[in-house]
Formats: sequence, structure tokens, C-alpha cells
Amino acid sequence: MIPTPATNVRVVTFKIDDRDFSAREDETIIQVAWENGIRIPSLCYLEGLSVWGACRLCVVEIVGSPRLVSSCSTRVAEGMEIRTDTEPLQAYRRMILELLFSERNHVCSVCVSNGHCELQNLAQQCGMDHVRIPYRNAAYQVDSSHDLFRVDHNRCVLCTRCVRVCDEIEGAHTWDSMGRGIHTQVITDLNRPWGESDSCTGCGKCVQVCPTGALVQQGTSVGEMHKDRQFLPYLSRMRDAQ
Amino acid sequence: MHIDELNELAEQIRTEQGSCQHCVRVCMAASCQSSGADDLMKRLEDAAPEGDQVQVKSVGCMGLCSAGPLVEVRSQGDDRPTMYQHVESQDAEEIMGSLGGSVIKRLECPTSIPFFQRQQKIVLENSGVIDPENIEDYIAADGYAALVTALTESNPTEVLHEVNLSGLRGRGGGGYPTGLKWSTVAKMPATQKYVICNADEGDPGAFMDRAVLESDPHRVLEGMALAAYAVGANRGYIYVRAEYPLAIERLKKSIRQATRKGLLGANICDTPFNFDIEVRLGAGAFVCGEETALMQSVEGERGQPRPRPPYPAELGLWGFPTLINNVETYANIAPIIRHGGDWFASLGTERSKGTKVFALAGRIHNTGLIEVPMGIPLREIVEEIGGGVPDGRRFKAVQTGGPSGGCLPEQQMDLPVDYDSLREVGSIMGSGGMIVMDETSSMVDVARYFMEFCMTESCGKCVPCRVGTYQMHDLLTKIAAGKGTSADLALLEELCEVVQMTSLCGLGQTAPNPVVSTLQYFRHEYENKLIRDEFTDSIHETEEMEAVS
Repeated sequence: MIPTPATNVRVVTFKIDDRDFSAREDETIIQVAWENGIRIPSLCYLEGLSVWGACRLCVVEIVGSPRLVSSCSTRVAEGMEIRTDTEPLQAYRRMILELLFSERNHVCSVCVSNGHCELQNLAQQCGMDHVRIPYRNAAYQVDSSHDLFRVDHNRCVLCTRCVRVCDEIEGAHTWDSMGRGIHTQVITDLNRPWGESDSCTGCGKCVQVCPTGALVQQGTSVGEMHKDRQFLPYLSRMRDAQ
Repeated sequence: MHIDELNELAEQIRTEQGSCQHCVRVCMAASCQSSGADDLMKRLEDAAPEGDQVQVKSVGCMGLCSAGPLVEVRSQGDDRPTMYQHVESQDAEEIMGSLGGSVIKRLECPTSIPFFQRQQKIVLENSGVIDPENIEDYIAADGYAALVTALTESNPTEVLHEVNLSGLRGRGGGGYPTGLKWSTVAKMPATQKYVICNADEGDPGAFMDRAVLESDPHRVLEGMALAAYAVGANRGYIYVRAEYPLAIERLKKSIRQATRKGLLGANICDTPFNFDIEVRLGAGAFVCGEETALMQSVEGERGQPRPRPPYPAELGLWGFPTLINNVETYANIAPIIRHGGDWFASLGTERSKGTKVFALAGRIHNTGLIEVPMGIPLREIVEEIGGGVPDGRRFKAVQTGGPSGGCLPEQQMDLPVDYDSLREVGSIMGSGGMIVMDETSSMVDVARYFMEFCMTESCGKCVPCRVGTYQMHDLLTKIAAGKGTSADLALLEELCEVVQMTSLCGLGQTAPNPVVSTLQYFRHEYENKLIRDEFTDSIHETEEMEAVS
């Protein structure tokens, strides 16, 4: 969803992992790859929301370019040769996941999202079976002030899907981020408890798009939090059709 | 205004100024002001004799900040001016009394030293010479001649051609060819385009842009106006960090003066060209010097970078094509247009043209601001112009490029200073900060200092930079405290590569550079701090456990 003049879009051919593909030139690498069953790992990218490019798990190599590019924010181009799963890339992704696990408290066994967590799945997919980096062990708040939902900052990976879905789909902009660097945190309104938020409509879209157990429904216990993503592609399709 | 009118005005100002016998210039840039130039200026004005025999003038940076406050006396018929250093306000009367007589030996600053002789000034040609708060002074020094000539006599393509010909590369640090960037924006079909000047100078120890803005702000405005004309923009923003109050004040004043003279605003020089400039203040985040984060900040959003491409030239401010250059890059434009691109291309090296301003800081005799031709050996800058390391200590390393750069040791001192040579040896040109370190500096501490800077300045958007800089800082602290193991060092090196390769913007991609370069040249310093082997390692741990219990 990179803004572009949408006239006279051409179709280009290129290679992903030595297989030939064709796509519209305004499509991104990750869109084409996912469409064709090539599962490039990603955490912040979600179809239907704007591109954020922050988790860096979806970085890929382009033959002839010294730099890695994030496949969610890079469009395909004629003759491009993309490699999505080389050894260095695998090592980088494992390290990024280790960094995420070291940053906050991600203990799967006591998490409501255990078994349905994107971070957990990615760790399995990428073969990150242990964390060599020291844990930060920083304590974060759990905000249960909302009637329906709960935010556990200890599980947050700062993908900002909640921020984007609230702003772009629901139009409420309850969520945003505060602080910088390692002290960055997502907040509701001007860092007021979620239950006291004036702007929150209680729609729960943020909870459904959250990849981990950071945003959950009240009353869920270990492993009980299943998330429903079907609404998002539906909403964005309906919106595009208008 | 036509060029003839401008020349006439310049001539008139020069005649008026030439009528006085003695001109006393006082450096009123931030560094000299902080050591009392304000007071000195007042005392000099009070002590000056009645009439227009003596003119006391506040000027911009004279370069040798370590010797401030600086005063320069220029008398008619005497082509070599006298410079006084460390002048205090009680010296004002003595200086006034000495005019036309003999030089005050006690205060004299020798101008024959390499610091002054080896420099070649283009960007700083008016710095320390003209009054930055007076547009007439700038006009008298051929200011705005390039803009007026370009607007009335050449078309945008010709301006572009000269900039392309000059071989000028971006002075903010990246070294991207300026002409190429300009022509990309010029080619973009759009109804609205913007020009931005990046004055969010944030590298520790760097003060080049501040000096240019404080000493010669009109030069930057003229460069921006020429850029706007060349690419077809009609609005400009100067993004200055709020920590530069003097630069901001002078910029705002200059914009008002230039608008009043019809050199900015609507229908400049009676042509259809309009150009307005607005000053925007940065609230202190280092990352806002990154172009996409800077544009977010100008728009009023949280200053966070976004992935490139699309580059600002394609998708910039509010979605429109935007040209964004550094202060020093714009400061080079007017001379290039005035003297031609060929002239500029004849200076410097094959691939790095012109001159570069450096801010000398750290353990060096002559701290201050210098401008030297590209390709000058590092040794000449440090030992001759900088006067070497003081207190009889030994030189150890020079840090170039700030938190994105590297530390170069003695064996790299004969390296020519240009974009490509510095990159080859693991550092970068950067915006021009140069910090000299002597034998007392620990390289692990240096690396840790810069990592702490990057950690606190990380915006927190992407994972490798947000968590990676934190973890690298933690490991460096551990190693610096003598508690690191060889496994920690290995992990640190692995983290360096991941953060360099996968971070979203330049801040993260270059944050490991100080670590990588100190590891390359001073690896033994890290190794000396490590706990020897696993046996002692386990002893240490038991000791610690015991101490805790």
C-alpha cells in the first residue's frame, strides 16, 4: 500500500528463489511471495494495513545489491532476482527473534496466546530454539481497566498493528506509541488507562490483529486466546470496492 | 532586481564601508559568545572614538575556537590584518588605543601558523569577515549575485548543468552526488515540490553547520533558492535543531531581510519564480537528521524513519517530490554558480570534489573549525593544522563521522581524506566531526560511549536498532568493567553484523561502526579486558554468588 499514481500499471517478470514469477509492478515482494506459498517470515506486516517495515524479519537479498531490503516495502521490478531464504538471512532472522524474546517477557507456557501466537510460530519456523542474548527482565504494566479487553505490555513486540488498525480501519486512533528506543511503548489516548479512554469504541480490532498475547480478551486463560483475522481482508476488500 | 542593480548596490556598500580607517571585527559565534564576546563587543563599541574612523563589527566564526574570544583588526593600507586571541573585555581600551600604532604582542594570535595558512575557504569564505545579521555585508561580498544572474539570465537546466559539472557530493555524510539528486527531483512531474535544508546537526563533537548558519546564513538561503529554481520548487523548509538558538535567530532575521529586498518571496527579480522559506525547529531527536524522519517531523508527526525507496525525491513532504540537502551542500551552491562547475571540479580529488569543513575537537591543540581541500592527508589535519596532541601525550586515534563513523589509528594517518578512502578503511566522512584521542583514551570506552548515544537516540521503531543497540551497550558495559568473556565478545560481533545488515535506517545500520572499527584496529584492548578462561570465569561467578548471598 505504497501511494502511487495508479494508471497504466505494467506487469513485470522476475525470480524469487530461482522460480519465475510475474506480477503487477505495484505489488510488493512479500505479496507475490505469500500468494505463491513462499512464507517469508514477518511480524509487523498485515494485509489490509499500511506498510510499517519495522520488524525486519522479512528482509530479503536482491542479487546485485549490497543492501538487504524489507520485502513488505519493496516493489517487484523487471528482471529482479530475489532470495528469501539464504543462510545469512536465516541467521539474521533467528537473531532478530532472539532480540525480541530478550526484550520483554515472552514466557509461552503461561501466556493466553500459547499455541496461537505469531511470535511463537515464527520462532518455530525459523528454528530459534533458545535465546543466547541476556534477558532484560524489565517489568511492564498490565492494564485490565477496560471492560472487554486487556493489554499486557510484557508481551508487546511493538509491531504497531493495533495503532494502524485503530487509525486506518476503525478511525478512532486510540492507540499510538510513546517514548523512544528501548523505552517505546504503545499507549491508549494520552497514556491514560484503556478503560478510561474517550476515543476507544470497544470494537476489538486491535485485539484481533495483535500477533502475540499483548492484547487479549478479558477472561481468557492460558492458551485460550484465539484471534480472528478474517474481518480485516473483508473490510479492506469492501473498502476498495467502493 | 537586475544583476546591474545588485552590482551597483554592492559597489555602493563597499564604498561606504571602505571610508573608515580601521575595522575591528569581533567573533560573535556561539563559541566566542560563551567565553564573553558579548561583553567585549559592548566595551569595544564604547571605547571606539567618535565619528566613522573606526568601525566595530560583529562577525561570524573565525575558526580557532580554542583561542576565543577572537578579534581581528584591519587597517586601511595594511593588507595583513592583526588577530588577537583570548581577548577579555578589559582589553577593549588597549586595542582601541593601539589602532594605527603597534601590535599588542601580549594578545597577538599568529596568523602564519598552518591552522590559517593550510586552509582553503569556499563555504567559510565570508565566515569571520561579514556581519551575519546584515544582508548588505553579504551583498557587498558578491552575495545573491549567483541567484540574480541565474534567475534573469539562465534557465533551470543550466543551473542543474553547473551543479552536475561541479561533481559536488552531499555534505551531510552520505556523499550522494548532488547534481543527480537535483535532476531526479527536477524530472519528477508534480504540481508541488519542496526544498528542505537539513540543519539538524546532531553528531557529538560536530559544529560545522552551526558555524555556517551563525556566520553566513544568507549563503544557505541563496543556495536553497538556486536549488528551488533548478528543481521547480516554490517552498522551502530549514529544519534546525532547537539547541541552536543563535543560528535560528539569525536565520529568521536573514529570511526577513532577503524577503524585504525581494530576493525571496513572490516574483523574485520580477520573474515568475516564487520561493518562500520557513524555519522548523527540531525538538532534540538525533534520528530526525535522517531524511525520512525529518520530513515526518516537519509534517508534525512523530519523527520516525520509513523504509526507502521510495526516496524523498519521489515521495517526500506531504507526498510531494522533495529535495533535501545538508547546510554545507547548499553553502557550496552560490560559489559554484558564480565561478562555474569546472572551477569547483578542479579542486579536491578525482571522486571527491571541492573542500570540506571539519570540526576539530578532542585532544588536539587547535580545536575549532577548518575548511580544507578534499584529499588532504589525515596527518596534515591532525598534526599541522590541528597542532597535534597537547601535553606531550601520544596520539592514539581520530574518530571521524560521529556515532556512524569509525576510529582510525596511527597507521591510517597518511590516508587522503575523501568519501571513498575513509569508507575503505572502515570509517566514513560523515558530516565532518573529527575527534582526536590520545593514549589515555580507552577504545572500549569510546565504543561504549557512542553505543550509548545510539541506544538513547534510537527511535524504537525497528527491532534490530531498538533492542540490538541496547544489548550491544550492555555487552560493552560488561566488557569495559572487566566482566566480559570471549563468548560475550563473539556475541557482540554477531550483533554488530545483524544490526548493520537489517536495521531500517542509517542510524541503526551505522550504529555498530564505532565498535567494528575499534575491534579492527584495537582488538587487543577488548581482549585485555576479558576474563581469561572458563576456569577463572566460573571462579568469578562463584565469588559473585557468594558476595550476593
